[in-house]
Amino acid sequence: MTTPKLQVQNVWKRFPVEKGEALVAVQDLSMTVQPNEFVSLVGPSGCGKSTMLMMAAGLEPITEGEIKVDGGTVFGPGPDRGVVFQTYTLFPWLTVEENVRFALKKSGVEKSKQDELVRDHLRLVGLEDFARAMPNQLSGGMRQRVAIARALVYRPQMLLMDEPFGALDAQTRMLMQELLLNIWQADRTTVLFVTHDVEEAILLSDRIYVMTARPGRIKAEIVVDLPRPRAFMETEGDERFVKLRKQVLSLIHSEVKQAG
Amino acid sequence: MANSPIARPKEKIQLLELRREIPRQYYVGAGIGFIAVFVAAWFLLTSFGFVSKIFLPSPAAVWGELMKQIQSGVLWQDAGASLYRIMVGWLLSTLFAVPIGILMGNFHFFEGLFEPFIDLVRYMPAVAFVPLTILWLGVDDSQKFAILFIGTFFQEVLLIMDNVKTVPRDLIQVSYTFGLSKWEILWNVILRAALPGVWDTFRITLGWAWTYLVVAELVAANVGLGYRIMRAQRFLETETIILGILVIGVLGLITDYLFKLSYKKLFPWVIQAR
Repeated sequence: MTTPKLQVQNVWKRFPVEKGEALVAVQDLSMTVQPNEFVSLVGPSGCGKSTMLMMAAGLEPITEGEIKVDGGTVFGPGPDRGVVFQTYTLFPWLTVEENVRFALKKSGVEKSKQDELVRDHLRLVGLEDFARAMPNQLSGGMRQRVAIARALVYRPQMLLMDEPFGALDAQTRMLMQELLLNIWQADRTTVLFVTHDVEEAILLSDRIYVMTARPGRIKAEIVVDLPRPRAFMETEGDERFVKLRKQVLSLIHSEVKQAG
Repeated sequence: MANSPIARPKEKIQLLELRREIPRQYYVGAGIGFIAVFVAAWFLLTSFGFVSKIFLPSPAAVWGELMKQIQSGVLWQDAGASLYRIMVGWLLSTLFAVPIGILMGNFHFFEGLFEPFIDLVRYMPAVAFVPLTILWLGVDDSQKFAILFIGTFFQEVLLIMDNVKTVPRDLIQVSYTFGLSKWEILWNVILRAALPGVWDTFRITLGWAWTYLVVAELVAANVGLGYRIMRAQRFLETETIILGILVIGVLGLITDYLFKLSYKKLFPWVIQAR
């Protein structure tokens, strides 16, 4: 059996509270992501799914348990894991091109090779004509495309995405999902994707973990057996898609109801 | 469309809608108009003898004083001395406020270390330090610098701290994922992102330094705009007082404007939050 790309073992996250007992955000959570697999983490809002992702990124300390990447324990952030945030994280004083290049600062890649990598990745997200633009000239969708290019440019082992399309309008979100689908189907970088959008999770993923309301645990694991390559219109019309959506939604629905 | 068959009532210009933009000529006109009304009221009050010259001289008298001071060169001497004091006092304050503010904004340890002390001192009136500074530093320019420093530094350092703190956390987080160390992030990301805010703090605190000028030149000065005002008070030369106040106001306005202008040139990338 191959080593999983990402392995989360009995992870707990407690946030200390000024008075009284600590708030348990994530409780004894275990999950895996295999190499070249696209896995989504869905759950009701406030269930700790983003916290889980940030712990995998090494940006949030783990209270208890262990997270491994390629069998090695994670102690902090590193260029083996690219992260895309929900908020716009472009450096506003740099051009699109310079933003992507910034991620290569510590890569040791030589200058001429950097130019090539930056160009290739801007082409990948369809923004080669915007290389010289400043972030404040871009739409929200374009900014997230640059963020994706920037997270991929240093060829990380896996991509961690925290509701990357959560702030976008419905039409832009649809286009971005399609773009990500195409990018992923071309090179199959391992992805852990956090979202509260069930349809988005089904469209993109090989497997979905459904989390409970706080404290976050794994409630169910669902294999998405829809054929690839997928495309937005075809896949969402598939009757298996409709069935899966109903299944996942009812799982989340019961959680929200209990918590609410 | 220009010639639409249905006649629409001519759109009325709404000047008083909540947060609604108004035509530029109204915006600028209102500002100029207000000053004009102010000057006109001043002119009327003084030229018909409603108020005694000792309390309020006429605009013409102040203008005459301005001409007199320009010819004698007193104005340039005063303005030069005051500008020099303000620049040195403010630069001194900035020299300390920037690094300390950066440390306080980034490291909770330094915030805990300095903030209680700064909060204590910043409520102390700068004017109360005049006798102490004379005792400690004597009567030369260093005493003036000290008063300007005391008046500016303790506010400036807290503003710089806030400028640094407003840098979004996710911008720092994403930089960690590129493998940058905390010092590299501090230098390449946090300081870069905080710079427009810091520049605005410079503009605001230099404005405050102007307001402390009179306090700084209160005692033991023989040149300077503030000194000229204090001296004129002794001889009831009201037109000199008013001229001094106006000159300080105009110089403050110019420095403010220069900062605003350079802000636009230096930071065209700032994302306007509306």
